[in-house]
Amino acid sequence: MTVRAGIIGTALAVAALALPSPAAAQRLVSSLSTHQVRVTSNYTGADLVLFGTVEPTDTAPLRPPGSYDIAITVSGPRETMVTRRKGRVLGVWANVESRQFINVPSYLAVVTTRPVGAIAPREELLRHQIGLNNTVLTQRIGTDFADVVPTDPFRRAFMRIKQEQGLYSERPNAVTFLSPSLFRADIPLPAQVIFGSYDVEVELFADGRLLARDQGKLDVRKDGFEEFVARSAREHSLLYGLAAMTMALMVGWLSSVIFRRD
Amino acid sequence: MQIYLPIAELPVNIFVIFAMGLAVGFISGMFGIGGGFLMTPLLIFLGIAPAVAVASVTGHIAASSFSGALSYLRRKAIDLQLAGMLLTGGIVGTALGVALFTLLRNLGQLDLTIGLSYVTLLGVVGVLMISESIRAIMRGRQGRPTTLRRPGAHNWIHGLPLKMRFKRSRMYISVIPVWAIGIFIGFVGAVLGIGGGFVLVPMLIYFLRVPTATVIGTSMVLTLVTMASAMVMHAVTNHLVDAVLALILMVGGGIGAQFGARAGQNMRAERLRFLLGLLVLAVGLRFAYDLVVAPDDLFSVRILEPLL
Repeated sequence: MTVRAGIIGTALAVAALALPSPAAAQRLVSSLSTHQVRVTSNYTGADLVLFGTVEPTDTAPLRPPGSYDIAITVSGPRETMVTRRKGRVLGVWANVESRQFINVPSYLAVVTTRPVGAIAPREELLRHQIGLNNTVLTQRIGTDFADVVPTDPFRRAFMRIKQEQGLYSERPNAVTFLSPSLFRADIPLPAQVIFGSYDVEVELFADGRLLARDQGKLDVRKDGFEEFVARSAREHSLLYGLAAMTMALMVGWLSSVIFRRD
Repeated sequence: MQIYLPIAELPVNIFVIFAMGLAVGFISGMFGIGGGFLMTPLLIFLGIAPAVAVASVTGHIAASSFSGALSYLRRKAIDLQLAGMLLTGGIVGTALGVALFTLLRNLGQLDLTIGLSYVTLLGVVGVLMISESIRAIMRGRQGRPTTLRRPGAHNWIHGLPLKMRFKRSRMYISVIPVWAIGIFIGFVGAVLGIGGGFVLVPMLIYFLRVPTATVIGTSMVLTLVTMASAMVMHAVTNHLVDAVLALILMVGGGIGAQFGARAGQNMRAERLRFLLGLLVLAVGLRFAYDLVVAPDDLFSVRILEPLL
């Protein structure tokens, strides 16, 4: 199933936000193909499409093609994760060391026109947290809370595993300009998606400086039967457990009746 | 056909799960066991979180043991009194097991504990079964009768106090070892996601001298109640029972068990025990391999759940 719904018509109708400085007055308008991803029984991942335009204003006319850079950051609901490292203990492999990553995005996709490092100087990227290596991941180290250098083994392992799960991704050259002002980008959602509210941040750069930004929201939720089952399991857990048990007994009884031989 | 599992939160191929249910059901029908010790590892191998696998397999075992228990009930091959006493212990054991399960999951040592317990339990039971069945096969070859023990034989367990008469099994024994066995089975069942039938049947035969006529039916009643209550407890404490997954498994398992039972009837009992022993040992060795050989990835990432 794809969520490539035909909402592109309305895509350009959303108003732009935040103009960093009057000198760089440039408007950025963007919209996702859908604002709600519904996970039903046939969900196996989804592809979101983001469209946007750079709007010239009186003080800032449109620049020639190739001078703009777009960075799109989609971040999922925040959660606290534990990264554990295995080591050999008495001949067997067991978890020996762990770090907590406090309130980090469960999903993080960075989609850009060029490799992140080529868009702007590192300080600028760090300030706006653009790119996986420039995103703050707060760790609890003993009693301290701090982010660590990108080469920290736990941070690297965390990044790697999240990337393998399809939950973190950095895709340069994935934003394409269809015209000097219109761009589009594909944002994949993995099969093992995290539910909740996602933030979509679109940033416009030129000459290594942030010119404009636009924000959006995306909601990922279970729907229909899946939503019903999951909510029952959470909110009416005793009833759910009893119902599941009754179901098991029914199936057992049925198979003993259908295949009865004596 | 892919189907999205609402609690496991990942899409799986419905036919793969169904085929696993069939295969495990076949084996369980053939040997008269629940098959949880095969099903749980298979689900984990498919990428389902161990906790969800353990919690959901309880439903599959409850279904297959209920269908088995019903047919034994029709043949009056169940000692309900003995089952009741085992259950008293079983429920206590299950509650302890679910509590430990929750605690270990938060400590990040659940996988290790499940791995180590599987290795120990399956290794010991597998070796015992294989050596016992080989001796039985050898005795059969030499033309000697295959009766294991004299019916009146007693051991120290029969000297314990609190004695009780179990009419259908024709036994007069203390309830203390009965409770102890019940607690043990309930406990390992909840922690490992296994019904424990393949451990319970030998324990009942060797420790309590339960006659073979009633032992399997009685063990199925115990398995049924411990697994059904483990399912409810897992649902209440950890919210991890995936009813959709459990349903696919139990339908496949129910069908497979019927064919397995037919295949098993054509085999000699000690041959069956030998094969089951090999199977149990093989699964145990598989877990040992994972524990001893350096893992591909030393790191793992999990969501931190608030301590209950």
